[in-house]
Amino acid sequence: MAEITLNALAHSYSENPSKAEDYAIREMSHVWEQGGAFALLGPSGCGKSTLLNIISGLLEPSDGEVLFDGKRVNELKPEERNIAQVFQFPVVYDTMTVFDNLAFPLRNIGVPEHKVTSKVHEVAEILELSDQLKRKAKGLSADQKQKVSMGRGLVRDDVSAILFDEPLTVIDPQLKWKLRRKLKQIHEQFNITMVYVTHDQLEASTFADKIAVMYNGQIVQFGTPRELFENPAHTFVGYFIGSPGMNFFDAHLTPDSQGNPRLMFGDLQISIRDDVLLALKNMDAAKVTLGIRPEFVHVWDGKNDDAYQVEVDYVEDLGTYKILSFLFNGQMMKARLSEDQKVPSGQVFVSFPEQWTKVYVNEYLVDPNGPMSVTVDQEVEHAN
Amino acid sequence: MQTKVENNKAWFLVLPVFIIVAFSAIIPLMTVVNYSVQDIFDQNTSYFVGAEWFKQVMLDSRLHDALIRQFLFSLTILLIEIPLGIGVALMMPTKGKSASLCLILVAIPLLIPWNVVGTIWQIFGREDIGLFGAFMSTIGVDYNYASDPFDAWATVVLMDVWHWTPLVALLCYSGLRAIPEVYYQAARIDQASRWAVFRYIQLPKLTNVLIIGVLLRFMDSFMIYTEPFVLTGGGPGSSTTFLSQALVQQAIGQFDLGPAAAFSLVYFLIILLVCWVFYTTIMNMQKDK
Repeated sequence: MAEITLNALAHSYSENPSKAEDYAIREMSHVWEQGGAFALLGPSGCGKSTLLNIISGLLEPSDGEVLFDGKRVNELKPEERNIAQVFQFPVVYDTMTVFDNLAFPLRNIGVPEHKVTSKVHEVAEILELSDQLKRKAKGLSADQKQKVSMGRGLVRDDVSAILFDEPLTVIDPQLKWKLRRKLKQIHEQFNITMVYVTHDQLEASTFADKIAVMYNGQIVQFGTPRELFENPAHTFVGYFIGSPGMNFFDAHLTPDSQGNPRLMFGDLQISIRDDVLLALKNMDAAKVTLGIRPEFVHVWDGKNDDAYQVEVDYVEDLGTYKILSFLFNGQMMKARLSEDQKVPSGQVFVSFPEQWTKVYVNEYLVDPNGPMSVTVDQEVEHAN
Repeated sequence: MQTKVENNKAWFLVLPVFIIVAFSAIIPLMTVVNYSVQDIFDQNTSYFVGAEWFKQVMLDSRLHDALIRQFLFSLTILLIEIPLGIGVALMMPTKGKSASLCLILVAIPLLIPWNVVGTIWQIFGREDIGLFGAFMSTIGVDYNYASDPFDAWATVVLMDVWHWTPLVALLCYSGLRAIPEVYYQAARIDQASRWAVFRYIQLPKLTNVLIIGVLLRFMDSFMIYTEPFVLTGGGPGSSTTFLSQALVQQAIGQFDLGPAAAFSLVYFLIILLVCWVFYTTIMNMQKDK
């Protein structure tokens, strides 16, 4: 059990990395607190597995440090880090029985046999493998094999952390849900730090207390599922989390006739929170992007003078709710219609509540109060 | 009910295969079967003798000895070549230029024809002009394959090991390369020892190539002829006379076509039987209980 700290970590697979693109992990620092259930979420190829392998020691990072409870472990081999890792595809020792497979990590560290037996039965019970213990692992189905792989990760209860690398890819949807619940239960029971890599936001949010969203070799946001949804710190988080993702459109800052700043999208003024506008004004904002979640776009039933008139493109019926696609000043956007809302056609009136209209500069959120405010301040100083 | 139109023309498509198999296997084999039940004096004179030659072959003590020697030889070289081949494969580098270089070096003995191998070792082992023979006499070992049956045996075994271990090594090497990296990673996470990695990951994954390796080496070594023939002609005495050579002596040396044919068939059946027993045993062992 340990707190895992990544300190100025970077990794490149090429020998002489020169540009940022050469890095699978771009310089980052991050802390996984002891006992948390975390998800590492991101698209394929963003460096999730690389990061996991660096934590477990299968890969040595090109730069930076990995610390377990404050102690540098860069030079320790995976065998010496006392860590468990479950891989995407099941790994079982074919010639051994299920029992021997589960007992393997324990026997390797010389745990007395009576303890091995009780621990294996305990884990087998949790994973519902008890009636399979005497079978050869070779004859098992793919999902049973993966359960055995997971079981091997769970038998040692003194591990620093358990790392899961998309472990449920090969499992049926129904069983997937069940196993995820099991993992959650195991986590609550043993209080071991768990890091769960996935590209499925649903999987991440059902498993983890906190999710780290990874993009282009960096963690762009680390927060609760709710934070990721309500306050995406990076445009990628807005795009990746939520279904459908956030609406984005480019805007620019121009002073009005009195010299006060205002944010324009084409020839339309968009109203945003005053403090954000102020922060924005003080920044040397090269690229301003506005984002709003489809869930927060307000669709009016009738004509409304405060709302924008937009053109309905089409409405998708997703069963329990409907998604309205509309053209806003030539930009395609989406809004989620509530269940009892009348289905609009032709022209419709929409508005963007200030509270939910997020402003991004160079892809990062402008948030005067939030955790990102430090960055904003720095950039403000830089601009002045 | 619809009537199905029968069309037998498809059989013509199978005909080429049938002809090839007939000429390559069935006709020669039947010729041997034909010889084995006749006593042949010359081209026009032959008598049907039934199972007479088979009885004679079964009771021939010379052939019994050759058979025992043969089993002993195959067993010896399998016991040496299989573990050695696995060992060599495990030590071979896996990437870079050294990997390809190593592959070529290991494969060289396989490219040398049997009789050349025999000749090489015949000269190599000579005390007067051969490096190996000279070396042995320098360190004080009395080594002479031409007069000492044990030395002759050792030389034939050594020759076969030198010639064919690379085959086993290459098979194992390809088998090892096919093991996904993640198995090794999982083993490291599970804190497995080097021995455990070999015993529970590498060896199980090598089973299939090893079955092929053992079968190939068994069949080949069971039919060994050229090397002992070139080295000592089956001597000294008959210490390195294996089944093939006994057969050739009978068929060509003494021109006893009938007994030689019966002998060939028995020989063939022994190989078939051993391979079948081996294969079935292994396959049953692999089955999930």
